[in-house]
Amino acid sequence: MEPVTAAPDLSVSLGPLALANPVLTASGTFGYAAEFAQLVPLSRLGGVVVKGISLAPRSGNPPPRIVETPCGMLNAIGLENVGVERFISDKMPFLRTCGCRVLVNILGDSVEDYATLAAKLTGVAGIHGLEVNISCPNVKKGGVAFGTVPEMAAAVTRAVKAATDLPVIVKLSPNVTDIVAMAHAVATAGADALSLINTLIGMAIDARTRRPKLGNVIGGLSGPAIKPIALRMVWQVAAAVDIPVIGIGGIGTAEDAIEFLLAGATAVQVGTANFYNPAAAGEIVAGIEDYLRQQGESSVRAIIGSLRLEA
Amino acid sequence: MPEYQENSIVQKIDRLAETLYRLTLRAPLIAAAARPGQFVMATCGPTLDPLLRRPFSIHRCSGPETIQLLIRVIGRGTELLARCRPGESVSLIGPLGRGFRLPAPTTPVCLVGGGIGIAPLLFWADRLDAPERCAVLLGSRTGEELTELTAAFSQLGCRVETATDDGSLGHHGLVIDLLIPHLTTVSKVYACGPHPMLAAVAAACRSARVPCEVSLEAHMACGLGACLGCTVPGADGRYLHVCKNGPVMAAEEVAWNR
Ligand SMILES: Cc1cc2nc3c(=O)[nH]c(=O)nc-3n(C[C@H](O)[C@H](O)[C@H](O)COP(=O)(O)OP(=O)(O)OC[C@H]3O[C@@H](n4cnc5c(N)ncnc54)[C@H](O)[C@@H]3O)c2cc1C
Ligand SMILES: Cc1cc2nc3c(=O)[nH]c(=O)nc-3n(C[C@H](O)[C@H](O)[C@H](O)COP(=O)(O)O)c2cc1C
Ligand code: FES
Repeated sequence: MEPVTAAPDLSVSLGPLALANPVLTASGTFGYAAEFAQLVPLSRLGGVVVKGISLAPRSGNPPPRIVETPCGMLNAIGLENVGVERFISDKMPFLRTCGCRVLVNILGDSVEDYATLAAKLTGVAGIHGLEVNISCPNVKKGGVAFGTVPEMAAAVTRAVKAATDLPVIVKLSPNVTDIVAMAHAVATAGADALSLINTLIGMAIDARTRRPKLGNVIGGLSGPAIKPIALRMVWQVAAAVDIPVIGIGGIGTAEDAIEFLLAGATAVQVGTANFYNPAAAGEIVAGIEDYLRQQGESSVRAIIGSLRLEA
Repeated sequence: MPEYQENSIVQKIDRLAETLYRLTLRAPLIAAAARPGQFVMATCGPTLDPLLRRPFSIHRCSGPETIQLLIRVIGRGTELLARCRPGESVSLIGPLGRGFRLPAPTTPVCLVGGGIGIAPLLFWADRLDAPERCAVLLGSRTGEELTELTAAFSQLGCRVETATDDGSLGHHGLVIDLLIPHLTTVSKVYACGPHPMLAAVAAACRSARVPCEVSLEAHMACGLGACLGCTVPGADGRYLHVCKNGPVMAAEEVAWNR
């Protein structure tokens, strides 16, 4: 293949949402973006997904909240956040200046919570889309996570879609037996795009003290350790639905990101890598561009789903 | 306040005691911006395991372009750092967090350090207007750990007193025993060390009505205020985030009994 000299086209679309490049930062790993402003050229990112927002502020779980595991980490933050009102008044002014797409991750205890949040965020200047975190317990249904029952996930999706005209991305939980069934349910309910995966539920024990290492006993596993599972789920889901898929899970380098694009993801999110290497997301944008040149591709869209299965 | 991701170069590594090392790193951006009590997040190795950066107090700005870290080897990350050789690079993010608040120039102060908690106090003593009005109380398991550190504080003009668990240097007992007699004369106490020591210092200062600042520890993923992992319970019932609200906090901000 001939090397291409013109800068490759990195732009992609998540349904109605156009991105300058396919690299976003994942919710809960990039704060409200201001925390990284001195270390990361925010305007070079495709977008940021902010920490999950609920109707009322939440104080989160008791410490310890973080445990390192081999090539990964467990977190039990407990969805600590400033609540939607303070998010709009205190966090949005900076986010409007960051020069990239701003997606707001939302979470609730009930279908109504999600709809109310979506309505409150609609029309706020500078918000380009919503990402719906359905890995939360449905308080009215005995605490079963919305994202583990197809009907509940679909109900949240429909309620949010009805409450907003912003693009709606539904973020799938990997803690299910059939990720494709979940993806179908949410796509049929009207989601504009899907993102996956959220963290895998795990646990760590201190043998010496015989105590759990997390204050909350169990927590979410993230980082390079989960990448093979995420890649497999993205590949299965991208083949099964006809809306765009955002790949998340253990992405820290351009090569990781490209693997997700080849598996069928239209965009990716960088999560835990922001902690160990804040420059990661920017490096990934540059690395994808280099890869496209080397492969003689003029657009990133040409490699999406281009995994070669034949020998 | 400025923050950088900087590839520092190891200039020197000194073994001060069995498990205690002092790293001298060339990090011009961080050295120029650092304030006493602030910390850096250091990458411990070239691979994805261990994955996370480790927080370390800035022990001293030893020149215009260098910083020192005092490192106690307790696990894999610190072990890897202790094995660095001059010329190798260590990725740092810093300077991070809120440091010590400056006392009035004429205020007599007391610095209390236990174990590896001594690390940030040298940088602080170095920046005090009147080190001769500063009493430095250092506690450790054995005297071996304190030899070099005592000398460094003395060179700045501070009065140093020591306490050791095994009685091999100074007072045979706890560093808090050394603090009590000073509480009638000092107007401010700065402390860093293990949690029980800090709780005891905070309690003693409260009953003597002497203001006290403490430097706290928590497990951290980012050091930047983004992951919300580094919580400690605050006195007002809310959680504090050590990397942003601290690591240095007023003792009365912290819920010590929980
Ligand atoms: C603000 C701050 C300043 C610090 N300053 C110093 C210093 O100047 N010198 C020094 O030697 N140590 C300092 N520490 C403690 C140091 O961060 C830990 O000893 C170190 O992270 C242990 O890493 P490890 O891989 O060797 O241990 P492991 O036990 O294998 O680490 C496993 C995980 O637990 C975390 N962890 C373990 N112990 C601690 C701890 N005490 N505090 C925070 N995280 C911990 C690690 O970061 C890692 O994520 C400081 C901690 C904080 C929060
Ligand atoms: C500390 C932390 C906090 C997180 N908070 C949220 C959150 O608020 N909402 C959400 O949908 N996902 C949250 N996540 C999940 C991430 O967005 C991401 O899906 C997951 O970490 C997997 O990607 P990674 O391996 O690249 O980190 C969080 C992850 C971490 C590590
Ligand atoms: S360490 Fe991440 S918020 Fe403090």
